[in-house]
Amino acid sequence: MPINTNYLSGLKIKAEKAMEKKAALGPDIDISRYTQSGERRRVESLEDLSHQMKEAAVMAGMNIKEELRSGSYMQVDRSVVYESLNKAYEGQLEIMNITDALEKYDWLEDYYWKALPVDHDKYTAQVELNLTHGYFIRVFPHQKPQFPVQSCLLVAENHISQNVHNMIIVEEGAELQVITGCTLAEEEAEGVHLGVSEFYVKKGGKLFFTMIHNWAENFHVRPRTGAIIEEEGSLVNNYVMLKPVKSIQAFPVAYLKGDMASAKFNTVVYGLRDSYVDLGAKIILEGENTRGESIARTIAADESVIYARGDLVAKTKGYCLAHLDCRGIVFSKKAKIFAIPELVSEGAVKAELSHEASIGPIAEEQVEYLMSRGISREDAVSAITTGFLNLDIPYIPDFLDKNIKEVIKATAEDAL
Amino acid sequence: MQDMLKVQDLWVSVDSRQVLKGVNFSMKFGETHTLFGPNGAGKTSFMMTVMGFPKYRVEQGKIYFKGEDITAKDIHERAQLGLGISFQRPPTVRGVTLRKIIEIISGNGSHEEAISENVKTLNLSGHLDRGLNDGFSGGEMKRSELLQLMVQKPDMVLIDEPESGVDIENIALVGEAINALLGKARVKDPSRGALIITHTGYILDYVNADKGYIIIDGNFVCGGNPRDILSEIKKHGYRRCIECR
Repeated sequence: MPINTNYLSGLKIKAEKAMEKKAALGPDIDISRYTQSGERRRVESLEDLSHQMKEAAVMAGMNIKEELRSGSYMQVDRSVVYESLNKAYEGQLEIMNITDALEKYDWLEDYYWKALPVDHDKYTAQVELNLTHGYFIRVFPHQKPQFPVQSCLLVAENHISQNVHNMIIVEEGAELQVITGCTLAEEEAEGVHLGVSEFYVKKGGKLFFTMIHNWAENFHVRPRTGAIIEEEGSLVNNYVMLKPVKSIQAFPVAYLKGDMASAKFNTVVYGLRDSYVDLGAKIILEGENTRGESIARTIAADESVIYARGDLVAKTKGYCLAHLDCRGIVFSKKAKIFAIPELVSEGAVKAELSHEASIGPIAEEQVEYLMSRGISREDAVSAITTGFLNLDIPYIPDFLDKNIKEVIKATAEDAL
Repeated sequence: MQDMLKVQDLWVSVDSRQVLKGVNFSMKFGETHTLFGPNGAGKTSFMMTVMGFPKYRVEQGKIYFKGEDITAKDIHERAQLGLGISFQRPPTVRGVTLRKIIEIISGNGSHEEAISENVKTLNLSGHLDRGLNDGFSGGEMKRSELLQLMVQKPDMVLIDEPESGVDIENIALVGEAINALLGKARVKDPSRGALIITHTGYILDYVNADKGYIIIDGNFVCGGNPRDILSEIKKHGYRRCIECR
């Protein structure tokens, strides 16, 4: 049964009122400049995508042959072109686009726009009013598919706004890994990607989510993410961006509602050219014995500007433990990093919150140490920088590691 | 026979402070020499200068390695020519694992069997996936340094206080590793040489040194049998050396 239309109408009214509401952070985007693309046909297999699209999808973490994956979702511009569930995992999880999910499940009223408000800013409003799908992934209670679900949100046309609403539900005692790649088919493309993501992790569930962003110099990106984690549930959220972007601003929020819930954010950002990057993570510790951690590794090269934020907010009456670890390296004299940690305790007398933030160059002592083993200066810098960015994220293809090295080689000359 | 290392009238400063004052030194291929001296005398400065660390500024003099003038060469070039160093206190490099550095030094996986044998012998299997020297104990650092050098296979190795921070039990292991590194476990290898700084002399129980020197206030003041020198230092300290300059 479809979701209640009155509920949807209410959301739309709220969204319309927020259409002029600027975001609190990041440069304002005139979204009226961007239009919608035409519908595209579905493909039978990911192999049927154009060479250019396949290449972009692979670089964003997609496995075209769908090896070591439990399912796949692929969207190009406004069109869902591929949805598939590996037969071995039927009955364990479901994958579809959000539009179909809203048609299928009336109970989505309990989830749709419940992890973040539709009127948060004009970007969330735009997603609701001009929705262009997004994925819906649900893993059934106590199911633990061995391999990750992969999804790719690709922009192929110029001057468009891709407005997706994604939702992941990990039911009680279930576990799920998701790799999402958001990318462009053409590097020159100008446009905007607005991505709302709502994650729900039920009691004892585990969600391991990895997002790889490959944008380009003329592209604006405004992800909006909210996660609600119940008792003993856990979320690990990895974010990797190693390519330039015109501007990106995101500040995902995880609400640790249940006792013993946990959230961990790992963020790896390499700022290139004149990228404007404003990223962070907020963890709200509401349940007792909750744990949160946010680790950010940022490198600012060329003329990039990076804001690395982290907020820990303790609200629990009981014990909670959370830590922010934010480190940055500035590679270029024209680049900037702002590390902005914030710890808040709202009467949480037993909360232990801590942070360490540092910005510094690559230690010359470390470079010389590696050089004394017969390694060239360039290779020593590359090894140290790659190591700095390496957060050991499983299921990320080897090429990402290679990609990091190539980017570093191209930009590290200014580093020392 | 040609000198493996030859240093002529070497004057070196660190942040405008003179640390070496006209050092002359040479050693033949295949020899192992030891260096004694009080704290701050210039032992480590001498090693770091020979290895080419830019903080140690050569104001005057020349350094020749295997007949080639290396005075202007950078650290990496000297290492490529066959010089290696074991640090007294190596820096921590968090993101680079011991496994990774071994892979890079060995050229990505060559001689894997020999490497894994050395890892086992040096009791470092549990450290391969940790950041270099990250939380390593004194002994673990020394063993890690020697493992890296075993893979690097330098013709001449500079070893700064191999026994510092190492418990008695592990000194034998470190000593044997140095011997293996120098190819002297069985028959003397004429192609490998070593210069070892030692404070306590414990390492001399394991490593057969040919000659010893004392360095005082930035200069070599005397040389001779390393065991005799050590015994003299143990009896009288460095007082007599200072007096006899």
